[in-house]
Amino acid sequence: MKILVPVKRVLDYNVKVRVKSDQSGVDLANVKMSMNPFDEIAVEEATRLKEKGVATEIVAVSIGPAQAKDTIITALTIGADRGILIQTDQDVEPLAVAKLLKAVAETEKPDLIIMGKQAIDGDNNATGQMLSTLLDWPQATFASKVVVENGEAQVTREVDGGLQTLGVKLPAVITTDLRLNEPRYASLPNIMKAKKKPLETKTVADYGVDVTPRLKVLKVTEPPKRSAGKKLADAAELVANLKSAGVL
Amino acid sequence: MAYVAPVRDYQFLFENVFKTDQYSNLKGFADADAGTVAAILEEAAKFAEEVVHPINITGDKEGCTLDPITHEVTAPKGYKEAYKALTEAGWTALSGDPQYGGQGLPHFVNTAFSEMLSGASSAFGMYPGLTEGAISALTAGGTQAQKDLYLPKLISGEWSGTMNLTEPHCGTDLGLLRTKAVPNGDGSYKITGQKIWISAGEHDFTSNICHLVLARLEGAPAGVKGISLFLVPKFIPDADGNPGERNSLQCAGLEHKMGIHGNSTCVMMYDEAKGFLLGAENEGLKIMFYMMNNARFGVGLQGLAIGHAALVAANQFAKDRLQGRALTGPKSPELPADSILVHPDVRRMLLESRALIEGGRAFLAWVSLQADLAHVSEDEKEREKASDYMGLLTPVIKAYLTDKGLKVTQDAMQVHGGSGFTEHFPASQYMRDVRITLIYEGTNGVQALDLVGRKLPSKGGRALQTFLGEIDSYIAAEEADTKVPAYIKALKDTKAKLFDGTMWLMQNGMGNPDAAAAGSLDYLHLFGLTCTAYMWARMAKEAQAQIDAGATDPFFDTKLKIGRVFLERILPDAEAHLIKMKAGSDGLMALTDDQF
Repeated sequence: MKILVPVKRVLDYNVKVRVKSDQSGVDLANVKMSMNPFDEIAVEEATRLKEKGVATEIVAVSIGPAQAKDTIITALTIGADRGILIQTDQDVEPLAVAKLLKAVAETEKPDLIIMGKQAIDGDNNATGQMLSTLLDWPQATFASKVVVENGEAQVTREVDGGLQTLGVKLPAVITTDLRLNEPRYASLPNIMKAKKKPLETKTVADYGVDVTPRLKVLKVTEPPKRSAGKKLADAAELVANLKSAGVL
Repeated sequence: MAYVAPVRDYQFLFENVFKTDQYSNLKGFADADAGTVAAILEEAAKFAEEVVHPINITGDKEGCTLDPITHEVTAPKGYKEAYKALTEAGWTALSGDPQYGGQGLPHFVNTAFSEMLSGASSAFGMYPGLTEGAISALTAGGTQAQKDLYLPKLISGEWSGTMNLTEPHCGTDLGLLRTKAVPNGDGSYKITGQKIWISAGEHDFTSNICHLVLARLEGAPAGVKGISLFLVPKFIPDADGNPGERNSLQCAGLEHKMGIHGNSTCVMMYDEAKGFLLGAENEGLKIMFYMMNNARFGVGLQGLAIGHAALVAANQFAKDRLQGRALTGPKSPELPADSILVHPDVRRMLLESRALIEGGRAFLAWVSLQADLAHVSEDEKEREKASDYMGLLTPVIKAYLTDKGLKVTQDAMQVHGGSGFTEHFPASQYMRDVRITLIYEGTNGVQALDLVGRKLPSKGGRALQTFLGEIDSYIAAEEADTKVPAYIKALKDTKAKLFDGTMWLMQNGMGNPDAAAAGSLDYLHLFGLTCTAYMWARMAKEAQAQIDAGATDPFFDTKLKIGRVFLERILPDAEAHLIKMKAGSDGLMALTDDQF
């Protein structure tokens, strides 16, 4: 069984995000970039499936600038077998990402795509769903447990009311939630092996996908600063305050 | 107050300053290209910050416990798991010989990893650190069969190692040691005696512990000429090399110490324990010196690592602590007070510390690169030079970096104010932990004597001449069109003072050894300042070059601002050290014993 894992290079989760002074976006100059944490969980899950003998090959794919190669190498260090970088300096929106991934899936023919439920930069939570629709494959999003057997994936999902378990026929798209697993720490031998694994570089044109943005960003601003708190005398005053704030 | 590993600093040193890619033709270096080293640094930092650092404070509070009946030692909670994670991730094998399962990466990479490990928890870092020392002794003095049996297990971390020199009456003066060895007739020996202050002597996370023990054979010459080195395993390996019969040795007690509580510092009793000779009879010290040199470098590294960790905590504290107002008017009028970062004296402490740490780190990285070149350079002259540097600079690394490590932890506590004196903040633990580094592996006073009495005159002063020659050539090559003239001038001045001090030692020390000894630590500091001035000149050059080439990363601008603090506030100490050493010994020796 082959698993395709899309991975995205994003601002490291520890970095304090700064908005560019012209409000055109987030300032990415000289800040640490890492693999999207949800994608790391996806690579880890694929690797565990391979270790259990369920999967035989894991292909990591990233869409982004030349430096996204480092993100693929991180995936190869955790356990992916080979990587594909679709190199572009353009900001690629979820729909275009889904179209590119569809094209990759058509050539790679994976049995399963495991990907992060969202990337921590745009927080769109859209690509997995769009990809499943474009491929006309079943989807199981927000996975907290995945069991694959007999051509089917049993996926436990984190939903508002609790946990829901779905059975999806393969091939399928699964998106990961935080509690699916805890990614391992890279081992030194695997860091050394990663750079010897195959990594192909492609362009957007190779897949014939139009990635022209369809959305226009009007402005990006920082959230309003927290104002000072109020000390309340008792619960009644709290309720009154919540009511006047329209929360209750 | 989380630990933050110095990833960016090491990247800059390897990639921009020492340009380690230029050595890619050498053994082990081909695998250590800039991209791989960057990946290793990132993952090492993650491991140190997330797996090791969380057990640092708890380990300090809990300490180790000795079962009085079984004599087994339990390390603090979480140590065993962290050690398992360390070995499983393959970190202990980083620079190990590939022939025995090591990764074969250069030492300079291991130095970066070790600093992160020691900075995250110095007490924890000592367990693999001692094993590394045992590996160097075995590599130097073991027979092929001994290497085949022990090295793979030590490199993988499955077994650990210790060094046993000290006895109750015999510390610095090894000639006094009494532990005795009697041949069994089958090639092995019976070892009997008591050893103290044995770091990692007994613990619960490896299936065997290999003690390297100095002992005296019956009829051996008195003093240091009659000392042999033995490998005494806790469990004697069976025919298949697995831990077999329990050897007759045990931990009789744990020391109650000022710091490094997470490390088990043992009194070891050997009662006719079975030992195996390493190297030739009566030549044990020669091999033990491989382990000691490795350990001295490691202790210098520890001093720097703990200093860095303390500085990280002080920086975070100073940013968050609101107290008082800037003398020039409020900087944050919307807040009840400004952060203490507005105060020049707080900045002085933080920035002097940083100048010391960053200069010291470059020095450490540069010397560890010499350790690589001494082994793998294809040029015989370069191997000889690198090996000379290792000998000359090891005492400087050990004493200079640990003295400065203590100064940095002290300032870090001072920045914390009253909070630093409480155990709610990490400053006091760093001060307690760093304090031993000035003492063990030969006190800093002994290091200074080693430098002045042994290393300077060795081979007719060849190492020192080569070192001073390298600095002269660097100045000559840079002087004309340097972009950082202040650094070149400062290096020239400091090197002239070191030369002056060396001449004074030659003129006054030969006739009066006390005069040389009295000034030896000041001389060592003058030496350390010269080395770090050389490093700062090289770092400033590369940082300036990056800025001139249009780099926008604020790292380079910060580097130059820290460098300026080094020139203005650290380097002037060189003058005082020179004056003090020239005062000679008369003033110190003038008192009679009764006057003390």
